Amino acid sequence: MSSNKKYWKSVEELENGSIVEALRNNEFVEEIPADEFLGNADAMSSSSTSRRDFLKYVGFSTAAATLAACEGPVNKSIPYVLQPEQIIPGVADYYATSVFDGFDFANLLVKTREGRPIKIDNNTISGAKFAANARIHASILSLYDNMRLKESKVEGKNSDWSVVNSKIKSSIADAKAKGGQVVFLTNTLASPSTEKLIADFIGANPNAKHVIYDAVSSSEALDAFEAVYGERALVDYDFAKASLIVSVGADFLGDWQGGGYDAGYAQGRIPKNGKMSRHFQLEANMTLSGAAADKRLPMSVANQKQALVHIYNVVTGSAVAVNLAPEFKAEVTKAAQQLKAAGSKGLLVSGIQDKNAQLLVLAINQVLASEAFTTVGVREIRKGSDAKVTQLINDMKAGSVHTLIMSGVNPAYTLADSSSFVEGLKKVKTSVALSLKEDETASIATIAAPVPHYLEAWGDLVLTKGTYSLTQPTIRPLFKTKQFQDVLMSINGLTGTYYDYLKAFSSSFIAGSTWNKVLHDGVFVGAPAALSGGAADYTAAATALAKSKAANGLELVLYTKTGMGDGQQANNPWLQEFPDPITRVSWDNYVTVANADAKTLGLSNEIVANGGLNGSYATITTADGVKLENVPVIVQPGQAVGTVGLALGYGRKAALKEEMQVGLNAYALYKGFNDVQSVELVKADGEHEFACVQGQKTLMGRGDIIKETSLEIFNTKDSAIWNETPKVSLNHKEVEATTVDLWESFDRSVGHHFNLSIDLNACTGCGACVIACHAENNVPVVGKSEVRRSRDMHWLRIDRYYSSEETFEGDNERKEGIAGLSSSLSTFNEMEKASDNPQVAFQPVMCQHCNHAPCETVCPVAATSHGRQGQNHMAYNRCVGTRYCANNCPYKVRRFNWFLYNKNSEFDYHMNDDLGRMVLNPDVNVRSRGVMEKCSMCIQMTQATILNAKREGREVVDGEFQTACSAACSSGAMIFGDVNDKASKVAKLAADERSYHLLEHVGTKPNVVYHVKVRNT
Amino acid sequence: MKKVGNHNSNSRKMFLGLAMMLTFSFSSFAQDAAPAAATEAAPAAATAGGDPVKGKALFNSNCAACHKLDAKSTGPALRGVAEKHDMAWIYKWVHNSSEVIKSGDAAAVKLFEENNKSVMTPFPQLSEADIDNIIAYTSEPKAEPAAAAGGAATPPGANVEGTGSNNNVILGVLALVLVVLVVMLFMVNNVLRKVAKANGIEVAPKAECTPIWKAFVKNQFLVLVSSIFLLLASGYFVYGFLMQVGVDQDYQPIQPIHYSHKIHAGDNEINCKYCHSAARVSKNAGIPSLNVCMNCHKNISEVAETTATAEYSKAFYDAQIQKLYDAVGWDKTTQSYTGKQQPVKWVRIHNLPDFVYFNHSQHVTVAGIECQTCHGPVETYEIQKQFAPLTMGWCVNCHRKTEVKMEGNGYYTKIHEELSKKYGVDKLTEAQMGGLECGKCHY
Repeated sequence: MSSNKKYWKSVEELENGSIVEALRNNEFVEEIPADEFLGNADAMSSSSTSRRDFLKYVGFSTAAATLAACEGPVNKSIPYVLQPEQIIPGVADYYATSVFDGFDFANLLVKTREGRPIKIDNNTISGAKFAANARIHASILSLYDNMRLKESKVEGKNSDWSVVNSKIKSSIADAKAKGGQVVFLTNTLASPSTEKLIADFIGANPNAKHVIYDAVSSSEALDAFEAVYGERALVDYDFAKASLIVSVGADFLGDWQGGGYDAGYAQGRIPKNGKMSRHFQLEANMTLSGAAADKRLPMSVANQKQALVHIYNVVTGSAVAVNLAPEFKAEVTKAAQQLKAAGSKGLLVSGIQDKNAQLLVLAINQVLASEAFTTVGVREIRKGSDAKVTQLINDMKAGSVHTLIMSGVNPAYTLADSSSFVEGLKKVKTSVALSLKEDETASIATIAAPVPHYLEAWGDLVLTKGTYSLTQPTIRPLFKTKQFQDVLMSINGLTGTYYDYLKAFSSSFIAGSTWNKVLHDGVFVGAPAALSGGAADYTAAATALAKSKAANGLELVLYTKTGMGDGQQANNPWLQEFPDPITRVSWDNYVTVANADAKTLGLSNEIVANGGLNGSYATITTADGVKLENVPVIVQPGQAVGTVGLALGYGRKAALKEEMQVGLNAYALYKGFNDVQSVELVKADGEHEFACVQGQKTLMGRGDIIKETSLEIFNTKDSAIWNETPKVSLNHKEVEATTVDLWESFDRSVGHHFNLSIDLNACTGCGACVIACHAENNVPVVGKSEVRRSRDMHWLRIDRYYSSEETFEGDNERKEGIAGLSSSLSTFNEMEKASDNPQVAFQPVMCQHCNHAPCETVCPVAATSHGRQGQNHMAYNRCVGTRYCANNCPYKVRRFNWFLYNKNSEFDYHMNDDLGRMVLNPDVNVRSRGVMEKCSMCIQMTQATILNAKREGREVVDGEFQTACSAACSSGAMIFGDVNDKASKVAKLAADERSYHLLEHVGTKPNVVYHVKVRNT
Repeated sequence: MKKVGNHNSNSRKMFLGLAMMLTFSFSSFAQDAAPAAATEAAPAAATAGGDPVKGKALFNSNCAACHKLDAKSTGPALRGVAEKHDMAWIYKWVHNSSEVIKSGDAAAVKLFEENNKSVMTPFPQLSEADIDNIIAYTSEPKAEPAAAAGGAATPPGANVEGTGSNNNVILGVLALVLVVLVVMLFMVNNVLRKVAKANGIEVAPKAECTPIWKAFVKNQFLVLVSSIFLLLASGYFVYGFLMQVGVDQDYQPIQPIHYSHKIHAGDNEINCKYCHSAARVSKNAGIPSLNVCMNCHKNISEVAETTATAEYSKAFYDAQIQKLYDAVGWDKTTQSYTGKQQPVKWVRIHNLPDFVYFNHSQHVTVAGIECQTCHGPVETYEIQKQFAPLTMGWCVNCHRKTEVKMEGNGYYTKIHEELSKKYGVDKLTEAQMGGLECGKCHY
């Protein structure tokens, strides 16, 4: 029965048989040019290497390589010639210091090993108020940035400091002779000694002036405060004292007015005695504050202005005519009434960049007599004046500026109208850029002079009035740098060092204490007085604000990202790879668009076959015709309709490694220092490939991952209702999952048993823990394309979930209501989409250190095993890389080293250069290719704590045990400790009725405890 | 012929051995001679006015910290000091030098200026008789031990070389004798054959039998057994080879400065932790920085005659101290630091892999383990080597056996009570404490 059927493999074979035939006969499509080298008899015979020789060489080199591999390398061990008294190799030293880089500020404790700083910790001494954010934690890596300016440059040629100093001096003399201006253009200094040096110079040289320029401006708030209180400062709100917070466009958990409010805010968010603060957020972009809010109203900035006036009306009883959109009226009125009812426990903050709006903030808080609003110890961290900067640029263009000395600023990049600055700079006779890097400005200035990183420098700071913080070097300057203050001293004709000057100068600030004590503590707290408050014509301000017009077209709201801030540290791979807490996208900035707007504009996001996120491109055009082309688009749930968001700080090119040159420069749109611009958005061709670490948006009603309840239910119902223990079937009976076990339990009652408690109420998603973990554990950076392939190495990630209904509660109900297969399919499909104004929850997830760990049972080589102290150990040297453990981990926290990430030019980040490797923690292994790694619960830190106690012959005190993340967490969301110490904080937290374990029904018995999120809705 | 050659080489080895023995006996003679000569010279140089033996004791306990007999140290060389100053002046100076300087005494001021203005500690407790004794000691003429030994004047190093060349001669002669003997044997054999042939005596040829290897091949059982044996044996050796890869027990690299633990920790009984002080508090024991060396070596610029051994001469050791001075930038003659420093690049002996965390203070301070437990009898090591294999098995075995020292340590009070109840023992081993868990050392 032979068949006559002809089978063809492809359409081509059927239609054009001859080609297929030819291809089948020839193994190679193109002829192999064998004759070219084999046919050339002369070349072959003239070659001295015969085939046999070749094989001999191969054999010999293989044998030699094999033998050589058996021989250990010879290591050198080079001790100090003269060992400094304080340094013991192998023992860490800590130095208290403080930082202010013009944008971020904090009181720090810097950990140094063998004389090199390796980690930033929070200074927890009383009086040290400001904890480090993600960027400050990462700033340690910026110290070891190989792209720093290492030598002075005069007109582009390498030079040295003596030349630079003499050039500056002669230029100043020349300016004096010719009557030209000498201008200092600096960031906000907050350093009284530096300000004194500048003031002294100006006193002696009337042709000199000082212009303060903040790249991201808070000018309006400063103007308003100055108008009322006569001082250019910002209020240092105490959110812990507020029980009702209304924020009108202020991302106070982000970078609003410097940030640093999360600790106080989180204090009020943890329910105590049935009470917690209530938080209304009115905003355009989805921010951290909006995510934490109990009630969030997405609205454009134009609407926010009306809402603010409306709130002013309600609180003060005024009747200024407002034009608030009706859909917001009810909610805003509710918020305003509650604010009024809260009285002194209420607080209103606003981020609207409008002097009138900021005046209303002062007015409302004054009327409320808000306890959280205080003029005692105001913030001195923003002083910039937009008007003076604009004036300076005009002066420069007019040619009246002779000498321009810049420090801590990069106007060629951060000014919207940077071309006029560049044009003006050409007319300046001598321009000096004192800079860490040869950035956009330094590369076009006459003189580019390297300054030390704050970890190499002396300094003093008045962050809030009445406090005095010192900055001290923790390492010798790595490069040929000199401080701005040294230059100032030199032009002031002062001799001696800035250190001596500072020491003498500080005495007036630290009355009652000593230099050594303040240097040791890092901060001195005096007794500041409240500012005497005047008043302003608030009604006029309200009237003016109510009359402000809405933008035509879309409203672009510029913001700074948690990772990148104002863009100073753009060459920091930790920050580039840090996923944005909201969008979970790393290595990019993008325009965030509301779902409704995206539909009308034809913009979309999609997950493609390899799991990566793709997005459309759009072109942004401002009303003035400034264009930003091919901006990637993220469709952002919660984005107010009619607004789009774009982050500043990206798109830098100068002094950046190629990998870091990502994103687009949004400063180009920052016209008039206003973060709100009216723009037009048009879809552009092409698709952008994002490096997004979280594809899924919603929780899909899986209420047992993030348990959330309302304060009312929490207060009135039994914990079994709002914190239900999952049930499983055992012998056909429903029992609590925690009671069922496959394994016998080990005895964990002896010795330490570590638990990490994470309070979802206190977690603001700020990401300081993520970077602290990077620094402590030598976590590698893998780069954009690897992150896109889901090969990110973060040991600790902060998952972000949106609700698909208005609330998570709604999701749960919807899921419960599913009946039948088809309903389940369609409902779950719909639940994948986030709501247009979703609730948001953050959940830090690291290795859960399960007492019954699924990963341990599947490891074929027993590379991962459990310790008695509760930690799940990972022996890298034992791991053979089967990745079974990662597959069997329900929490997806294991990370595989797909490549060698150190000393590998394919991954040209800090681990690929000698300077960058100086940041590595010598107590933690640097992992190699082919091994699995994961959170170790900072076993090197717990072991060190135990050893210290053993050496001192005492028990470990509660609070001594820390992990990098718990130490970095300033909001108190992460508490680490020993649950066998029944008096410890963590033991109480683990037994708290809000506590639950992630995926409890799996029965893994984790050592990480979460606390049910309670929202005060 | 080949066979003969082999025999010859074996006998050569034997002769070589013999020659070596002779060499060592020669050299040890030479060593004995030198100190003997030195002691002989000492009493001959005794001077009147004081007892140089008592003086030596006093000198060593009071003066030697800053003075040497023949070389400048913190203070000037003291040999023949009595010739430079009169005794009354010396008494005054020793009892309180700064007073003498203050009084404006020209000689005193000059002396003070010459010695970097370092003030000499006053010794009011020394009686004039004591000072006489010391001066008597310092007035002894310098002993010339090498010269006094006469014939054995060559330094030990050269001595060894000398005997080495003698050996070669002896060896040559012996080899020659042997060759002659072999040749003679052949000749005798030949002669005997010829004699036998001439006499018609037939030398019976050996009976033809199966060669042993053929018999072996035929016996299949034997082949099987021996091949199994061979496989096992080779397996054993291959395993042995592989197990020593990366294990550097007895690793004894040549260091940039020949530092002898035997002299320091052995002969002079310096506590290990005096130099390796970091071992008490740090994960690293720490190679001492050179300023620690200078605590003693500021004054000890040369070794004693008795320190020199057959292998290492005094000159050799002194050169090592000089290397230290060069590195730290110490000028011996002016007794001051030049500021020119050159770090010493020691070859690291104990190389734990990066994936192991080891903390010295845990073992030294908390557990109170002697350094020698892991580092061996370091006080006998002329050249430092790796004593322990530093394998994981070695660590773990110790953790299994060693009882944790818990007495008097507040940290252990609670855990000891709980664990001893759990295991029903009073003494707990490190393993019972959880010291075998992977993550305790690997992170």
